[in-house]
Amino acid sequence: MPVFNQSRKRFIQGIFIIVFLVIIGQLFHLQILSDEYGIAADRNALTKKIAYPSRGIIYDSKGRTILDNVSRFDLMVTPSQVKGADTVALCNLLQIDTAEFNKRIITAIIKNGRYRPSLFEPFITTQLQAQLTENMYKFSGFDLLDRPVRTYPYKAAAHILGYVGEVDTAIIRKSGYFYQMGDLVGRSGLEKFYEPVLMGQRGINYLVKDNKNRIQGSYKKGIFDTAAEAGRSLHISVDIELQKIAEKLLQHKIGAVVAINPKTGGILAMASGPSYFPGDLAGAEFRKNWAKLALDTARPLYNRAIKGQYPPGSTFKPLGALIALNEGLMTPSFGYGCSGAYYACRGIKVRCTHYGNGHASNLRVALANSCNSYFLHIFRMAIDNPKDNNTIKGYLRWKAYMNSFGLGVKTGIDLPSEDYASVPDTSRYNKDFGGSRRWNSCNVVTLGIGQDRMTATPLQLANMMSIIANRGYYYTPHLVDSIQDENAGDSVYLGKYRVRHNVTNIPDSSYQAVIEGMHDVTVYGTADFLHVPGVEYCAKTGTAQNPHGKNHSIFTCFAPKDNPRIAVSVVVENAGYGATWAGPIATLMLEKYLNDSLSPRSSAKLEKVSKADLIPAAIKHWYYLRDSTRNARLGVKEVNVDTIIEQPIVVPKKTTFDPEAEPERNDSSGETNLEKTPMMLPAENKQENDSTQNE
Amino acid sequence: MTAHRMSNNTISKGIDWSMIILYALLVSIGLLMIFANEYKEGENIWQPIFSQNKDYGKQVLWMGVCAILGTFILLTDSKFFTATANILYVFGVLLCIAALFVGSEVKGSRSWLVLGGFRLQPSELCKVFTCLALAKFISRQETDFGKTNSQLIGAGISLLPAVITLAQNETGLALVYFSFFLVMYREGLPPFILILGFTLAVILILSLIFSPQTLFIVYAVVAAFVIFLTRGLFKRNRVLLWVIIGAWALASIISSIAMPYLINHVMKPYQRDRIYSLVGKPYVPQNLEERAELEKQKSKTKSKSHNQSEYNVIQSKIAIGSGGLFGKGYLKGTQTRYDFVPEQRTDFIFCTVGEGFGFIGSLIFLSLYAILLFRIVMIAERQRSTFSRVYAYGVASIFFFHITINICMTIGLAPVIGIPLPLISYGGSSLLTFTLLLFILIRLDADRQMILR
Repeated sequence: MPVFNQSRKRFIQGIFIIVFLVIIGQLFHLQILSDEYGIAADRNALTKKIAYPSRGIIYDSKGRTILDNVSRFDLMVTPSQVKGADTVALCNLLQIDTAEFNKRIITAIIKNGRYRPSLFEPFITTQLQAQLTENMYKFSGFDLLDRPVRTYPYKAAAHILGYVGEVDTAIIRKSGYFYQMGDLVGRSGLEKFYEPVLMGQRGINYLVKDNKNRIQGSYKKGIFDTAAEAGRSLHISVDIELQKIAEKLLQHKIGAVVAINPKTGGILAMASGPSYFPGDLAGAEFRKNWAKLALDTARPLYNRAIKGQYPPGSTFKPLGALIALNEGLMTPSFGYGCSGAYYACRGIKVRCTHYGNGHASNLRVALANSCNSYFLHIFRMAIDNPKDNNTIKGYLRWKAYMNSFGLGVKTGIDLPSEDYASVPDTSRYNKDFGGSRRWNSCNVVTLGIGQDRMTATPLQLANMMSIIANRGYYYTPHLVDSIQDENAGDSVYLGKYRVRHNVTNIPDSSYQAVIEGMHDVTVYGTADFLHVPGVEYCAKTGTAQNPHGKNHSIFTCFAPKDNPRIAVSVVVENAGYGATWAGPIATLMLEKYLNDSLSPRSSAKLEKVSKADLIPAAIKHWYYLRDSTRNARLGVKEVNVDTIIEQPIVVPKKTTFDPEAEPERNDSSGETNLEKTPMMLPAENKQENDSTQNE
Repeated sequence: MTAHRMSNNTISKGIDWSMIILYALLVSIGLLMIFANEYKEGENIWQPIFSQNKDYGKQVLWMGVCAILGTFILLTDSKFFTATANILYVFGVLLCIAALFVGSEVKGSRSWLVLGGFRLQPSELCKVFTCLALAKFISRQETDFGKTNSQLIGAGISLLPAVITLAQNETGLALVYFSFFLVMYREGLPPFILILGFTLAVILILSLIFSPQTLFIVYAVVAAFVIFLTRGLFKRNRVLLWVIIGAWALASIISSIAMPYLINHVMKPYQRDRIYSLVGKPYVPQNLEERAELEKQKSKTKSKSHNQSEYNVIQSKIAIGSGGLFGKGYLKGTQTRYDFVPEQRTDFIFCTVGEGFGFIGSLIFLSLYAILLFRIVMIAERQRSTFSRVYAYGVASIFFFHITINICMTIGLAPVIGIPLPLISYGGSSLLTFTLLLFILIRLDADRQMILR
C-alpha cells in the first residue's frame, strides 16, 4: 500500500540520527576530551596506604647502639567515617572527655579535611594499643598506624644525633611534595644530615575502596605497590662513653667540647652545654618540650661545638709561630724582650701575664709561658713581611695560612648548619679604618694573640690541633665512619672524609719546635698542674677576652706527644683562665680516652668539675624570672629560699621623721634590707608607708 | 515428523530473524552488565542463579520467562492483537488506576501491584496496550487521521495512561507516552506540533544546563545555518525569514529571560534546588535568606532525594568519563564495581558500558540500538496494514524515547527521570514490556502480507 506521508520516515530517521550524534558528541567530550573524570574515579576508589619503614640505627665506634627505634602507634581518624563509632568507649580508653573528642575531630577536619586521615592521638602506648586493637571494630573511622619512635639507650649525644619532627609546609614544598603532612623528618644533627639514608624507602600500597570507604582489596593485584625498606644504619666514630663524660663535665656550664682522632678525622666526642636529654624530643615528648627548649635563653638546642664563635685567644699562638717560622721570619731560637707588656705600637699597650726576664727567650719558652708580646711581635713580622712590603698583601698571605688550617672556613663536618666563624677579610678592615692605606699591622695587632675580629668554633680549634698533632695534614672532621650496605651513591657523603689534606708544606722541624713548646706548657708552663697519668701531652691554654662578661676559658691539646691519637678543644664561657676550667675538662677527656679509665684522683676531679656551676648570673636570673612567672600563673606560693637570699632587694625606707620634733627617736638608718620575694613586696611596702604616716 | 516440520515452518515463516538476534544480543549484554555490577572476586558465579539472591540471578529467571512469553506470542495469531487491542487498553488503564489505589509504595511512587510474591508495574505494561490501541484507532476504516478531531482522540488515547501514571508519581514513565506524538506525526499530525513540542523541551532542558550567554550564541549559529540552507526560498516567501528570526528571538528570550525569571522569582528555593539537581548541577543560593530558607526546607523534609540525583549524575559522569577510549575492561571498572554509581543496575546501567568499554565500546553499543531502531522503522514501512505500521512506529518511538532519555541522563544531558534502558536494565517489568513490544511486532511483521484492522 503506497502510504501517504511516507516521506516523514526520513524525518523520523533524521531525528534518530541527530539524537545519537548528540549522545556520541557528549561521550566524546566525557571520555576522550576530559581527563578529570579518570582522576576523579581514581580519587573515589583508590586509597594509598603508606607503610613507614623504621629509621636507620646509629652505632658508636665500638658497635654500641646509641640510637634505636621502639614501636609506637598513632591513632588516626577519618572524620567522614566516624559515624556510629562508640565514642564513649574510645574516650574512656584514651581518658579524654567528649568535648575534647569533638574538639580533636574538628581540628582534624580543619587540618586535613573530612575524607583524609588525620592524627587523633600520637604515640599510643603498647598497652593502650592492645586494648584499642581488640575493640577496633567499634571505632569506625579510626585506624592505628605503626610509627617507630626514636629511643636513646645511652641518653646522650643529643646534639650529634639531632631529633626528628613533623614536616612543615616549607620542607614539603622543598622536597617537591615527597613528604606529606604528618611525616617525620630529621630536623637537626645526623638525623637531618643523613635523612635520605636513615629514612629508608616508604612503602606504598594502593588499595581499592567502595562507596562506604570499605577496603575491597589491593589495586590491580598490587603491581603498583612498593615495599617499605628500612633505613640504613650509620656507624659513627664517637665513643659513647667518652661522649658521656664530656657531657657530664659540661653540666651547669656553657661551652663546648670537641675530641677528634687526628689520624682519621673522626669525631670522638662532641658536646655542647647546656644540653638536653635527647628523649625529650622523641615521639610524644616533642610537643611538650620543644617550645620550652627553643625559648630557653641559654639555648640548649644550639650546638656550640659547631656554631659557637669564640676568639681563640692564646690557643692561636702555635699557629702564629708556625706561620712566622715557615715564612723564614724567625727561627725557633728567636727571643723577645718582654717586660710585662707590648709597647711597640704607639697608643696600644697589650699586657702580658709574665714580666720576668727570659720568659720569652726562645719559641719554646714563649709558648710555655704564653707570652703575649712575643706573639704580637711575630704576628707583626708576618703582616709586614719583607717579601710583600705591603700590609694588605701581607695580611692576605697570613689569611691564606689561616684558611688552610681550617680557620674562617667551614670544616665540612657532616652536621647541618655548621658555622665558619671569622677570619676577617681585608675589606672588613678597610671598612673599619676607612681605606686600604689607613691601617697597618699595629691596628690589628691583637689578631696575633687570637683576639680582635678573629673567631673560631670549638670544632675548628680541635681540627687545628689535629693538624699540628699530625705535623701538617688532616682528614676533614666527620662523625660517620661507614654506612650499612654502603654503595657508590654514598660517596656523596663519605667521599670527602677519606681524602687526606696536606696543609701547606711547612717542614716537620717547624712543627717539632712548636710541639716542644706546647709540651713545655704542660711541664712548666701555664698548664703545669694538669697531668694525664702515664701520658705526655701537648697543650695550649687560652683566655679569650669577652666584651660581654668574664673571659672565656679555652684549652686545646693533643696526646700522646708522639704519634697522637686524640686532639681536644674545650671552651667554657665566662670561666676565666684557660687552665682553670677548660684545662681539667680536656685532660680528663685525654685520660679517659687514652687510658680507657680514670684514676681515682681523676674520678674525684671529674665529680668536682661536673658539679661546678659556671652559668652566668644573668642567665640564672632569666631562669628565676621564668620560673616565678610560671609559678605565679599556676598559683604556686612556695618560694625558693636560695633565690631570695641570692637576690636581696633593697628598699629605701621613706620616712617623715623630723629629728627636731622627735629627738628621742633612734630610727635614722633610712634604709632597710628586705629579703622578700618580689611578689610580696608591694603590700609590705604599702603597709610600711601607712604605718609611718600614722605616726 | 512431517507434521512437526510443518508446524515449525508455520511459526518461523516470515519471522525477521535479525530482530531476534538483536534482541538476544542486547538482553545478553544486559545480563553481563548486571553481573559486572554485582560480582565480587572469588564468589561462585552460578549459585545466585538458583538461590535467586542476586539481581543477575533473578534477571536470568526473567529472561527464561521472557523466552517462553516470546515463543507464545510468536505462536499467537496476529488477529488476536487487533481483536483485543481495545479490551487490553481498558484492562491496562484499569490496572493503572488499581495500582494508584491499592498498589504498594516503592520509592515514593504508587505504581506497583503486588500479587503474592510477584510485583508488577502496570504503567510499564500499559505502554504495550496503548501502542496497540493507538494502532487500532488509527487503522480503523472510519478514521481519517488528517482531521483534527481524530488527532485529538489519538492524543487522548496516548495521554490517558500518562495522566494516571503522573498521579502515581512516576514522572519518567508518564513522559514516555509523549513519544506517541512521533507516531502520530508519521500518520499525519501537522509537523509544527512535533517541532514545537520537541524544540520547547530541548530549549527548557538546555536552559537548565547551559548559561544563557552560551545558548544565545548557539541559537544564533543554528538560526544562521537554517537561513543559509533555506535562502533560496526567501524570494518567494518573505515570511519564512521572519519566522526563523522570530523563533530565534523567542528561544533566546525563553533561555535568557523567561527561564531565569521563572526559576529565580516564581519558584521557591527548594524547587529551584530540585530542578537544578535534576541535571546534576548544584544550586547555589543567591543570598543568605534564601540559603536559610533552603536549609529549613531541607531539614523539614529530611529527604535527600533531590541532592541524591545530583550526586548520581556526577558519579555517573565520572564512571563514563573515566572509561577513556578503550575502557577499563570488563569487571575492572572501579566506579561501577564498588557502588559509587547508585541505581547502577537499573537506571544507570549505561555507566557500566561506558566505564568498562570506553568510547569505542559505547559506540558499538549505541550502534546496536541504532540498527534496532532503523530496522524497526524499515519493518514499519514494509507493512501493508496500517495497524502494523502504526504499531511498529509506536515500538520505535518508545524504544527511542527510553534510550535517549536514559543515556542522556547518565551523561548529564537530560534530567534524572528514572526510566530504564530497554532490554539492558535490570527489572522484570521492564524486560517483560520490551519483550512483549518487540515480539508482537515480530509476529505482526511475519504476517505483513495480511491486512489487519
